[in-house]
Amino acid sequence: MTSPVWDYAPAPESSDVVSLRDTYGLYIGGRFVEPASGSYFKTINPATEEVLAAVPEASTEDVDAGVVAAQEGLERWTSAGAPARGKYLFRIARIMQERSRELAVLETMNGGKPIRESRDVDIPLAAAHFFYYAGWADKLEYAFAARRVEPVGVCAQIIPWNFPLLMLAWKIAPALAAGNTVVLKPAETTPLTALLFAEICEQAALPAGVVNIVTGGPETGTALVAHPRVDKVAFTGSTEVGKGIQRALAGTGTRLTLELGGKAANIVFEDASLDQAIEGVVNGIFFNQGHVCCAGSRLLVQEPVAERLLSKLKRRLETLRLGDPLDKNTDIGAINSRAQLERIQNLVGIGVEEGAELYQVDCELPARGFWFPPTVFTGVSQSHRIAREEIFGPVLSVMSFRTESEAVARANNTPYGLSAGVWTEKGSRILWMADRLRAGVVWANTFNRFDPASPFGGYKESGFGREGGRHGLEPYVRLS
Amino acid sequence: MDTRLEVNKTYKLYVGGRFSRSESGRSYAVSGPTGGFLANAARASRKDLRDAVVAARKVAGSWAGLSAYNRGQVLYRVAEMMEARRDELIDEVSAAEGGEGASQQVEEAVDCWVYYAGWTDKISQVTGALNPVAGPYFNLTAPEPIGIIGIVAPETGSLLGLVERLAPALCGGNAVVLACSQAHPHPAIALAECLHTSDVPAGVVNLLTGFKDELVPVLASHGDVDALDVSGVAPDTAADVEAAAASNVKRIVRPGPRLGPYEVTAFMEMKTVWHPKGA
Amino acid sequence: MTASTNDVEVVHRIGGSVDEVGAEARAAMLASRSLKAEAKLWGLDLAVRCCDLTTLEGADSPASVRQLASKAMRPAPLDHSIPHVAALCIYPRLVPAAVEALKGSAVAVASVATAFPSGQSALELRVAEIERAHAEGASEIDSVISRGALLAGDDTGVYEEVVAAKKACGDAHLKVILETGELGSYDRVRRASLIAMAAGADFIKTSTGKIAPAATLPVALVMAEAIRDFADFSGRRVGLKVAGGIRSAKDALRYLVLVHETLGTEWLTPERFRIGASSLLNDLLMQMDKQRSKTYSDSDRYTVA
Repeated sequence: MTSPVWDYAPAPESSDVVSLRDTYGLYIGGRFVEPASGSYFKTINPATEEVLAAVPEASTEDVDAGVVAAQEGLERWTSAGAPARGKYLFRIARIMQERSRELAVLETMNGGKPIRESRDVDIPLAAAHFFYYAGWADKLEYAFAARRVEPVGVCAQIIPWNFPLLMLAWKIAPALAAGNTVVLKPAETTPLTALLFAEICEQAALPAGVVNIVTGGPETGTALVAHPRVDKVAFTGSTEVGKGIQRALAGTGTRLTLELGGKAANIVFEDASLDQAIEGVVNGIFFNQGHVCCAGSRLLVQEPVAERLLSKLKRRLETLRLGDPLDKNTDIGAINSRAQLERIQNLVGIGVEEGAELYQVDCELPARGFWFPPTVFTGVSQSHRIAREEIFGPVLSVMSFRTESEAVARANNTPYGLSAGVWTEKGSRILWMADRLRAGVVWANTFNRFDPASPFGGYKESGFGREGGRHGLEPYVRLS
Repeated sequence: MDTRLEVNKTYKLYVGGRFSRSESGRSYAVSGPTGGFLANAARASRKDLRDAVVAARKVAGSWAGLSAYNRGQVLYRVAEMMEARRDELIDEVSAAEGGEGASQQVEEAVDCWVYYAGWTDKISQVTGALNPVAGPYFNLTAPEPIGIIGIVAPETGSLLGLVERLAPALCGGNAVVLACSQAHPHPAIALAECLHTSDVPAGVVNLLTGFKDELVPVLASHGDVDALDVSGVAPDTAADVEAAAASNVKRIVRPGPRLGPYEVTAFMEMKTVWHPKGA
Repeated sequence: MTASTNDVEVVHRIGGSVDEVGAEARAAMLASRSLKAEAKLWGLDLAVRCCDLTTLEGADSPASVRQLASKAMRPAPLDHSIPHVAALCIYPRLVPAAVEALKGSAVAVASVATAFPSGQSALELRVAEIERAHAEGASEIDSVISRGALLAGDDTGVYEEVVAAKKACGDAHLKVILETGELGSYDRVRRASLIAMAAGADFIKTSTGKIAPAATLPVALVMAEAIRDFADFSGRRVGLKVAGGIRSAKDALRYLVLVHETLGTEWLTPERFRIGASSLLNDLLMQMDKQRSKTYSDSDRYTVA
């Protein structure tokens, strides 16, 4: 006797908890202000294509106002003293926890990620980041041996759309803990939680000008990076844009950290705990629809278990639930934007043309919004574009290997070097591999784990500088 | 009068553990502190630089894989070799930049090697971390060599200025391709002779003399050079050089306070490793 | 792929290991599934149908077993839409009373056996206990393994015991209790699962209920994964029984979700999934009422057994 298919009924998280304004201002000098540009753009819900709100398109003039406010904020922030700076950050962490549901729902509405992830990962980690760096604010002299520690000054921070509030926390928390002030530009498609964060700063009574939020597109970002009174730039995004920023800042002496793209190898050895490896592979590439710079987008599997692992993987993929991101049972939400969807579609098309074998879960895609089904390519060779380019979507390329050395050689054969995964039950093999993988983060028998105490950042063209941990303070201090 | 005629040294490039003339056959005349002719120096070409990067890449892995203790001994051996040739080095620096401060420059350079020889096996302890993450995971961060460092040596401090950049880069386990002071290249080649007779593996340090405006742009844009120390880049060329370095997201290293662990970690990557803790 | 399974070597050929942190993270993720409306109601109904209503107390008597049997057949006397449970699970001495009380119903008589809960008596006595329970009418036997042998690495010994138990069962279904709370690691849970299945178990069961921890979601996950791997290897689909400490409808639904997403809908039936429990049943009934009426109920509306 076989039971009928057990469809879980819709279990949507209520969006009542979020009250959106029709129009937002820029957050400059402790106030929401209208943009001098007078121009606004609409931000949508990528799962429904509904307009959520209008946000300002900050012009050069607006960016300048933000930088000036941040400069003025420096004085206030310095005079507050280190213990108070820490206490403000603790306050912010607490208010983020208090308003966690609101933040989670808004993050999901604006970005398309499943509520399960924004609720269980993004928002708690963002709050934890503030909590962690709050504690550093009055202990900086212990962070760097035998050095005098001073803030850098005004920090321009540009963040991506994949983890809007979490990336904001990664940027703002260490900067403020080290005594800097910031002008942050959220991504064009996901500005809303940053603006809600501005409200949180108000509730925390953070001194005016310490945090400034300017919304806009690439031109706003360019103006911010190029501003002569910016002392430090921190950027997370594509390698292409990162290189442009590095060029733009060449010779200026402005400090720079970059957290760029990746094409991580997730390497499964024949002796791995296969069911947990499957979870790691699934979490590695389908977490946040694969919109993750450190996604395990290349699965390298040792030949003796390749067939078995693939059949287990396909079976597991059948249980992934794609759909309404606000549904608490959704595993795969919406693609963040039409542009990103087109990029994914294009690269997947190229994968098929290049002769890789396509496997897609047979699932119904909602009629409205931007969607892409979980996709696995087998028969991929090292030279295929889908094995080399960052797709930034739910697309996994599978290759096999025979020996440890071959796995290392293939894993490192990329201009990127952000992360890598190793799955084996043999301890010495883990350490041997970890030594040789050219990546800033090596996850052994786990994947896509993040923590405020754990430094994160890339080798090679995945960028430079670390975020998280004591190391994450370094970009934001001047040592003498 | 039958005074003995001195035998002059031919100053060559130091690439892949060999002293060679530029493949281009070019050289340039170098003046002493009073403006008179001092000696010729090899004028390295793009191709010499390319060969130097190839030599560095060939040995980078095994040099990086050496134990920290072992690397410390190699660095200390450099100090020993320099101390043994102290007078010669003072003569070289004096000839290049004048006698004032020459002996101090040499002594501080020797001590700089000793200083960093002692850091090799402490840098991970002082700058690494065991991170207390909120979950059942072991989480460790430790510095690793970046790979190949391009160093543009300062124009003055022909020996000490160079050593203060080279020694921390080697301390961090990197291989180096270095563009020497264009005005005062000879002490660097004398240093190369010390390196050659110490235990620094061939190819770990490659010293190029020549024209910086020929060499530095090639070094900055080279795809197999992972970081660029811009200590000796002229301010008016910094924008172009650093822009070229963006082609492969090179780390730009600027000198900080003299001597310290952060001078070493500037030439290193932090790697974080996670592993679950379970029975 | 099919292969001979009557060999302890099968255990090593299927092999595999379990990462504790990864397994627990997966179980926690499955526990976060949210069931609403008809999906929840369907799950609650299934949980009732999969229930092995259990009493394993020294104080149990024929009279108390008759009480419980009546509850097993008609969990909610006034509501005929509520199905009967799968089985009544009792000590061997009470099998005749249970058989008598359940006569004519579809509720099975399940007897624990083999010196439950410790298993610490001679093999021939344990085998005899199964044979007697079966002879007296038990159609399901819940037997325990020798955890001491397993911990000592004597896989063959454990395998042979289960083979003997299976033989003694005749046409009765054999549920093999691993007592995972005494095994100390998920790797051993997996190994014990594979041994029991290779030796012929019809079900593998987490716990006796007499040792803490009893059933947990990660343990059930590890066992379900072993069942799936064994089915892939041999083609034989073994059932899973979770028992001990499952008191709330919410817990029961979590196990159903776990089975659903690990083994698939083929296992969402009393033939392949059981929950051993006593007080759980009333909470299931209460939640079903709540789900239908949208109002909360009180415990006196449900019979104490």
